[in-house]
Amino acid sequence: MDAATPDSAQDIGRQAARTRLGMWAFLGSEVMFFGPVFFAYLYGRFMWPQAFEAASRGTDLLCGAVNTAVLLTSSLGVAVAHLLADRGAYGRARRALDAVVLLGLAFLAIKGYEYVQDWREQLVPGPHFHLQGAVNQAGAQLFYFVYFFATALHALHLTAGIALMLHCRRALRRRPGRPTLRRLEAAGLYWHFVDIVWIFLFPALYLAGRAL
Amino acid sequence: MSAHSDAAAVNADRAAPARAASYLHDGYTLWSWLSSRDHKRIAILYAVSITAFFFIGATAAALMRLELFTPGADVVDADTYNRLFTAHGVIMVWMFLIPSIPSVFGNFALPLMIGARDLAFPRLNLLSWYLYAGGGLFTIAALLLGGVDTGWTFYTPYSSVFSNTHVILTLAGVLIVGFSSIATGVNFIVTVHTLRAPGMGWFKLPLFVWAIYATSVILVLATPVLAITLLLLAAERVFHVGLFNPALGGDPLLFQHLFWFYSHPAVYIMILPAMGVASEIIPCFARKRVFGYRFMAFAIIGIAVISFLVWGHHMFVSGQSAYASMVFSLLSFMVAVPSAIKVFNWTATLYKGSISFTAPMLYALGFVVLFLQGGLTGLFLASLSVDVHVTDTYFVVAHFHYIMVGGAVMAYLGAAHYWWPKITGRLYPESWARLAALIIFAGFNLTFFPQYLLGYEGMPRRYHTYPPDFQVLNVLSSAGAAILAVGYLLPLGYLLWSCLHGRPAPDNPWGASGLEWKTATPPPQHNFDRLPDGSDPPYDYPPLQE
Amino acid sequence: MSQGLALFPPSASAAARDTDALYLALTGFSTLIAAVFIALIAIFCYRYRKNAKANRAHAPSSARGLEAAWTIAPLIVFLGLFAWSARQYALQFHAPRDATRVFIVAKQWMWTVEHPNGRREINELHIPIDTPVKLIMTSQDVIHSFFVPALRNKRDVVPGRYSTLWFRADRPGEYLLLCAEYCGTDHSEMKGRVVAMAPQDYARWMEGGASHPGLAERGFALFRRHGCMGCHAAASSVHAPELSGLLGRRVRLSDGSDVVADETYVRDSIMEPQKAIVAGYEAIMPSFKTQLNEEDISAIIEYIRSLDRDELAGERP
Repeated sequence: MDAATPDSAQDIGRQAARTRLGMWAFLGSEVMFFGPVFFAYLYGRFMWPQAFEAASRGTDLLCGAVNTAVLLTSSLGVAVAHLLADRGAYGRARRALDAVVLLGLAFLAIKGYEYVQDWREQLVPGPHFHLQGAVNQAGAQLFYFVYFFATALHALHLTAGIALMLHCRRALRRRPGRPTLRRLEAAGLYWHFVDIVWIFLFPALYLAGRAL
Repeated sequence: MSAHSDAAAVNADRAAPARAASYLHDGYTLWSWLSSRDHKRIAILYAVSITAFFFIGATAAALMRLELFTPGADVVDADTYNRLFTAHGVIMVWMFLIPSIPSVFGNFALPLMIGARDLAFPRLNLLSWYLYAGGGLFTIAALLLGGVDTGWTFYTPYSSVFSNTHVILTLAGVLIVGFSSIATGVNFIVTVHTLRAPGMGWFKLPLFVWAIYATSVILVLATPVLAITLLLLAAERVFHVGLFNPALGGDPLLFQHLFWFYSHPAVYIMILPAMGVASEIIPCFARKRVFGYRFMAFAIIGIAVISFLVWGHHMFVSGQSAYASMVFSLLSFMVAVPSAIKVFNWTATLYKGSISFTAPMLYALGFVVLFLQGGLTGLFLASLSVDVHVTDTYFVVAHFHYIMVGGAVMAYLGAAHYWWPKITGRLYPESWARLAALIIFAGFNLTFFPQYLLGYEGMPRRYHTYPPDFQVLNVLSSAGAAILAVGYLLPLGYLLWSCLHGRPAPDNPWGASGLEWKTATPPPQHNFDRLPDGSDPPYDYPPLQE
Repeated sequence: MSQGLALFPPSASAAARDTDALYLALTGFSTLIAAVFIALIAIFCYRYRKNAKANRAHAPSSARGLEAAWTIAPLIVFLGLFAWSARQYALQFHAPRDATRVFIVAKQWMWTVEHPNGRREINELHIPIDTPVKLIMTSQDVIHSFFVPALRNKRDVVPGRYSTLWFRADRPGEYLLLCAEYCGTDHSEMKGRVVAMAPQDYARWMEGGASHPGLAERGFALFRRHGCMGCHAAASSVHAPELSGLLGRRVRLSDGSDVVADETYVRDSIMEPQKAIVAGYEAIMPSFKTQLNEEDISAIIEYIRSLDRDELAGERP
């Protein structure tokens, strides 16, 4: 990511700051991506609270909870990988990244399983949508539209994150060095962001109607 | 020509000896241009593609004004007309105005102005251009396949249910160009934070840099909202869900809120860089520091912040609550304050200056005058009861063209002429340039001033045919458009001519301050042989005597 | 209709003239500011042009007092303009209670008008002068906008909800009616006229035309034909909300919130009854979306409205 020959050793050190700031600026834009989606959710929750709560009870709480644990653990793996790589333990760092990728794929698999279940239960918005026992089908359908849109957008970001982690893993083997560490840190920031989005999505989508 | 000759005399001993070392000579193949990470070359890639889109959008406008010579339909039919004004809006907003000054002059000049060798992420910069070009191709494809007829604002449910044109293809193009904007914004933000020359604190930055920085913040925060809005619209169109479609339980006003939440800050993306350009040109040709530098910098930030809070002024008659309308009206009046401050400061900069009327200065002064007028009519639109009458009429059309064409396009041309020597190493023919500036100014006013009157008389916008009473003003407007067309074609001609036959330019033909003028013309690929010190204050013109 | 190069359309109401007054004030203010600054720029450009002899010593590069002054002064003027326009807008927003109601259904690409006595028009709206008139409007397809330049008023007509616009014309005449929100191919053809008449002429006009049942009468017929009596009649065994006196009443919904029952509420209750269930009732009302069109719904609304008065014999269930 460098421009032409750096002018001083300081410049190399500042490159890490640039990469970090660049990722934070990008994450700022990502907040504004997910923001309107949450806004649509809040709008629906405000307009049709009962429909949204009833619809949220139709989500698979077990899958959602397991996925939350999976993602949180993967974030731990990212932090560990970064720590190890910083210390020069590239082999172990790569193994940590293996775990991260596997956990990420597990998340996607569980999500895929949930989507198939939702399809079978006629919860996919469209002409065949029907939520059992719901009075306001239009409101419930809107909930599921937001649910699919938000989780699909999240899954897309997670897939990008997995690709980034695989790229970092390969770089750790091929060219371990400062640029790779910078990339790993940036990818780590991104992964944590995807995790945080899920931490907001999970209660909004899965726990809304399940207060005890 | 006087500005050239005495500045040339001052700079004679600084004329660059080795022209072959410039970035222009750093590879002659097409691939060397298309794969370059050099911000200067990428700026030129943008300039070429933006100019092409400008003329496509302008052709659509020309056909529209031709049709509007007469009240009836005689040039195109209604469907075609609707596709023309949509194409004009989509292309001019997203393919021309939003990228224009930041991606061409921000790219070229900003690293030079802060004493850097390039942007923070040169490869990301190249990716930005490819995203822009790719998105542009989608838009061209949609155009060639027959276009889209929803208006650039894509209001639902017309766009999501009723229109049977290539909506999704167009949305895809806009979405991809949006990613280009975000990448550019991230790049500029990191560049300004981390690549400034030693000693160059924030309050030593040229105002153009402040303007690009504020624009970049808006790009990064507002564009994603557009992306999501367009995705939701596409989803509604493809999956027939009822988010914005009332027949399925949705709310058309939700679309308007989401759309305008982006599109209002978007217009500030278009004008802030133009203000930055004016703040470079006017001090240079008045030979004076900008008046009230700090106020100018804070005004830029103030405009950027408040711009996010006024979107509802596009919806005063939409059915939103009266309270919402009042809040948005009040905030819209507030955003006019920092804009007004800037006009006052530019005027005060001229006081006790030593003013030369080169083409860039003519464009900059034209910008101030036309932006002032456009801004004043913004007050009409912020006034609730007047807006109820003039919204969705030609009054609004006139207002935003005063700002976007009278403002942003004039500033773009001013920037082009100002930095032309630095970019190409050639001087453009000054007499032709001044003539073109005057023709553009005259043509512009004749085209758009009658539209204010048309709007108050009641002619709605997006009208293919109109009641005969409106004809006189329409004829004036179309006549002006013809003059404006001539005015725009002239720079295309003489600027291209100057690339091959213009006189070689000295390093600093204007005697301007600013780090970009302290390196060779054109600059070498690595910008500076030795990175400069940035501790001099900006606009460091010596005090004038007499 | 205006002729030639008129700067103002005719003004058909006092509110229109008030808007014109604000517009003139804005024009005056803008002209003044523009003139002052263009003059200053021209004067400075002339006086301080390069090579002109002028006193350029001690050129200021900032002046806090001046900056503060030209920040605060515009702010004060803008606040004044805001207050003036907001007041006009607020008056325009809520129709007086006794306004004559007219229902408007917009569709691609025409305006259909229905008066309370059942008289219908297409692309024409006859109204009495010196009487507040409230238009209750909805669209059958896309967003349109009902725009009468002579009244200086417009409102978007949105599908799925009612928008209202009210005015009080005080000059008889014919005024241009235009659609002001792009709505597809023939958007520019969606024109019509508003015919303002002296009250006696208007009364005579209302009597004229083919004899037809009034809106409320038609609404009653629909109410019976579609089985609404089955649940909402006083003698019904099904527990359904009371409809007389409904319009304007506060209704408590099952989720705990309160709404005022307006035309949109009644329309939603008929088309999407699941949207808002009244507290204490079961959600068993079916939707009539596929059975009733917009004109039918306007008629039913007028019928329900008529239930709080004893005027028409045989109206009550």
